[in-house]
Amino acid sequence: MLELLRQPWPWYTSGAVIAFVMVLLLFFGKSFGFSANLRTICSACGAGKRVKFFDFDWRSQTWNLLFLVGAVIGGFISAEFLAGDAPLQISQATIQDLRELGISAPDDLQPEEIFGLQALFSVRGFLVLLLGGFAIGFGARYAGGCTSGHAISGLSNLQLPSLIAVIGFFIGGLITTFVLLPLIF
Amino acid sequence: MKGLKFILAGILFGIVMSKSEAISWFRIQEMFRFQSFHMYGIIGTAVVLGTIATYVIKKYKLRDYQGNPIVFQPKEMSIPRYLIGGTIFGLGWALTGACPGPMFVNIGFSYWAILVAIAGGLAGTYMYGAMRDRLPH
Repeated sequence: MLELLRQPWPWYTSGAVIAFVMVLLLFFGKSFGFSANLRTICSACGAGKRVKFFDFDWRSQTWNLLFLVGAVIGGFISAEFLAGDAPLQISQATIQDLRELGISAPDDLQPEEIFGLQALFSVRGFLVLLLGGFAIGFGARYAGGCTSGHAISGLSNLQLPSLIAVIGFFIGGLITTFVLLPLIF
Repeated sequence: MKGLKFILAGILFGIVMSKSEAISWFRIQEMFRFQSFHMYGIIGTAVVLGTIATYVIKKYKLRDYQGNPIVFQPKEMSIPRYLIGGTIFGLGWALTGACPGPMFVNIGFSYWAILVAIAGGLAGTYMYGAMRDRLPH
């Protein structure tokens, strides 16, 4: 059993478990949306004193912060106890494209060129992560949700706004992939 | 403990996101280059099953564990808000290879560099809150 869990999980297992998590939260009386945590953290840090958007009872969102803590623990459990030895099997075409950008084939989940310490302490690497994160935080709140809130919960509820948001996710993602990444790397 | 179930749900989420490699920058690149079915399979399966579950919950007016009706808040219609906000989000998603959930799962994997992206995410969220009245919604 443990051996089976250690292998990379196929997409259908993953999709089913993600849907299960969404339904579980619904039965807990909550709705699945991860990026709301960023707003809650801002509020918990006192941002509500200066900006009205953060002036709400953030303690009512404690459940989502606990979910966040669980997500970190889940990552830790995967890394410590469920790690397989097979390297990431991504498409050969992607490996080729990334090589042209100077990013080597995966031997781990994340590329050394972006997540390695050397990259982190370079101006380019630091800014890629900081500005990338900034766009995610800004865009998620502007659009009123991220992948979990719009692509999973919203689409499952057949919400047109969520479909527009997901189309936006892809417009932005394609611009970064085909315009920005070749300029940066 | 009342909060334990949320931690357990989060643990399940963290494990599945990492074991299916959805937290990997490489997988997100593969998706945006349309070179693999993997991420589409994950999101597609989740949406199909999620749609069925949502339909069943509404049709049979199912209740949560405390007996309260499960309600779905319809999202307010707008085009600029979702399109512009979504596009900005997408720019960052492809750059860091992680949306908000996977950002935190990556901490569990000791990819400490992601903390910079999280700091950026908090700054971006704050900036949105500060200027939201001046943005088209």
